[in-house]
Amino acid sequence: MLGSGIINGLVVTAKNFVGSYHDPKRMVTQQYPEEPTVLPENYRNFPFLVAENAADPMGTLRCVACQICEKECPPQCIIIEKSKDKKPDASGKLQLYPAVFGIDTSVCMSCQICVEVCPFDAIKMDKVFAIAATDRFTGLFLDREKLAKPNSYYHEIHPIEAAEVDDRLAADRKAAEEKAKAAAAAKAAAAAKPAAPIAGVADPGPASPRPATTTVNPASAPAAPAPKTPPPSA
Amino acid sequence: MSPAPDSFLERAPLELRDWAVNLLPAPTQWLAHQLITIVAILAVFGLFFAFTTIAERKLLARLQNRLGPNRTGVPKFSILPWHLKHTLFGLSQPFADAVKAITKEDIVPAAADKVLHYLAPVTVVAFSLMGFAVLPFGRQYIPVELDAALLYFFAAGAATELAIFMAGWSSRNKYSLLAAMRALAQLISYELPLILSVVPIVLVTGTLSTKAIVVDQGFWTFSLLPHWFVFTPWGFAGFIIFLVSALAESNRSPFDLPEAESELIAGHLTEYSGFKYALFFMAEYFGLTALSGLGVTLFLGGWQAPCEFLQFIPSYLWFMMKLIGMIVFFIWVRGTLLRLRIDQLTRLSWQFLVPMALLNLGNAAFWVLSAHWAGPLQLVRWAVSLAIIVVPFVVMGRSLTAGYAPRTYRYAP
Repeated sequence: MLGSGIINGLVVTAKNFVGSYHDPKRMVTQQYPEEPTVLPENYRNFPFLVAENAADPMGTLRCVACQICEKECPPQCIIIEKSKDKKPDASGKLQLYPAVFGIDTSVCMSCQICVEVCPFDAIKMDKVFAIAATDRFTGLFLDREKLAKPNSYYHEIHPIEAAEVDDRLAADRKAAEEKAKAAAAAKAAAAAKPAAPIAGVADPGPASPRPATTTVNPASAPAAPAPKTPPPSA
Repeated sequence: MSPAPDSFLERAPLELRDWAVNLLPAPTQWLAHQLITIVAILAVFGLFFAFTTIAERKLLARLQNRLGPNRTGVPKFSILPWHLKHTLFGLSQPFADAVKAITKEDIVPAAADKVLHYLAPVTVVAFSLMGFAVLPFGRQYIPVELDAALLYFFAAGAATELAIFMAGWSSRNKYSLLAAMRALAQLISYELPLILSVVPIVLVTGTLSTKAIVVDQGFWTFSLLPHWFVFTPWGFAGFIIFLVSALAESNRSPFDLPEAESELIAGHLTEYSGFKYALFFMAEYFGLTALSGLGVTLFLGGWQAPCEFLQFIPSYLWFMMKLIGMIVFFIWVRGTLLRLRIDQLTRLSWQFLVPMALLNLGNAAFWVLSAHWAGPLQLVRWAVSLAIIVVPFVVMGRSLTAGYAPRTYRYAP
């Protein structure tokens, strides 16, 4: 009949009207500043530096100032200055650390290449999106202090990925310990047999792609006991 | 009809006005009397317009599963030591809009006819306000008692079409002129069914006075069922035709062709900015409110209560409630229907609404002639009257939509 389509349409909108008051499936609007946005697990932008300990983030940065990310960064928004001295990292090994580490977020394009190239799992993507500042040179340039965030924060924002990283680091460290033990045993054997060639000793030095001594157990604290075997010399 | 209740609330606004008028010296009292009426109408319907806009935005949002504007709170006034931080559910939005419209730059095109360009928004508001003069808002609340009130209402309403054409012509813009031509075609097409849908009321009541028409509807069967004209076959058909024509007359969706954004930028409003633009919107809403008020008066019993025992509620409140109901319905329609094409628009008017309205006129004539039928003949009267409307409706609906409906979609499910 003429006009039945109009009535059907009116019914549809009336259902929308009533449903929008009690049906959360219909009313999908998020009131953003009051209701925090629920971001998907894989949401990522702007890198941050992972620190082992929330109490002392500057002392427990995973970053060893190798400057790979600085060189790889396409818009060149990362600035790193190596330290003059060395500090023991979380596992007690003496390492360089970044005396200056800055990221200009007004230039950063969140391409994640710095994260891909980091051999130390020291830089990861953050989940912040509401960055605002009144001055781009002071407000949007994030220095070392602003960039450092504890590992627990990483677990908060990317739980699956952070667990994977921790597992891998723990496994690497275990493997390194066993290797070091084997090396020590071999050394002992070599000491017993002085004629043995030194080149045969398996020595996981800094040439290995992922230095085992920088890896740390998730539970380890800055005051974690040093590995039982002496760290291989750099 | 029961004796008119004369409660304090019913009389309070009148008492207030008389008290204010009596404060003044006698020679100026007639002027004060009129001015108070005008100010009251402007204030009440100005506010009504403001809250119609926010209600429209919120309702449309809900019809589309959105929230609508809910952010505007109270600004921080530097003279006040405290700041009300509540957003008030966005209800102060129309006032923010008004401030914005007033402070915007007023641009007049260099080639425009300056005088007409300035006059058009003023006249359109003036003419759309004139209709309120003859609407009975309550038992004793009718600004001007005219014997030919209906005639006056439509004469004043038709003048807004001139103002719209004035706007389109004076802008010296092709889109504006095109839209103004469209508006004229549309408004003239729908003036006919609008008036024809009202004529049956005049035929049955035998008067053009809006006050008398409302009084004629003040009866109840078993003091529960109101004798409003919408509850008769000819009244119902007339009401539907009136609704459709009123939508078209006030340029509202689905008949908002004169300002079809996708085709004509903003139609006759293209070259208007700032407060003049707001005036056009105001006029549109005033026109809609006035037409809704007329629909309430003619078909929905005006200020009469729906049941006899509900008469203790003041009559003007009943009128406003019905008026709000009409406005909400118009918003509901706007949130549902799509805009028509210009050929569909005129076709609907000339091929369907006008013949139906003419038939309805005959129907009303039958109703008047059979007024003395009693007993079982009453049922015959209702059946015949229904048949006069329903049969042509079905037949014409079939023949008009033959070849057009149901539409098959080849590429969409």
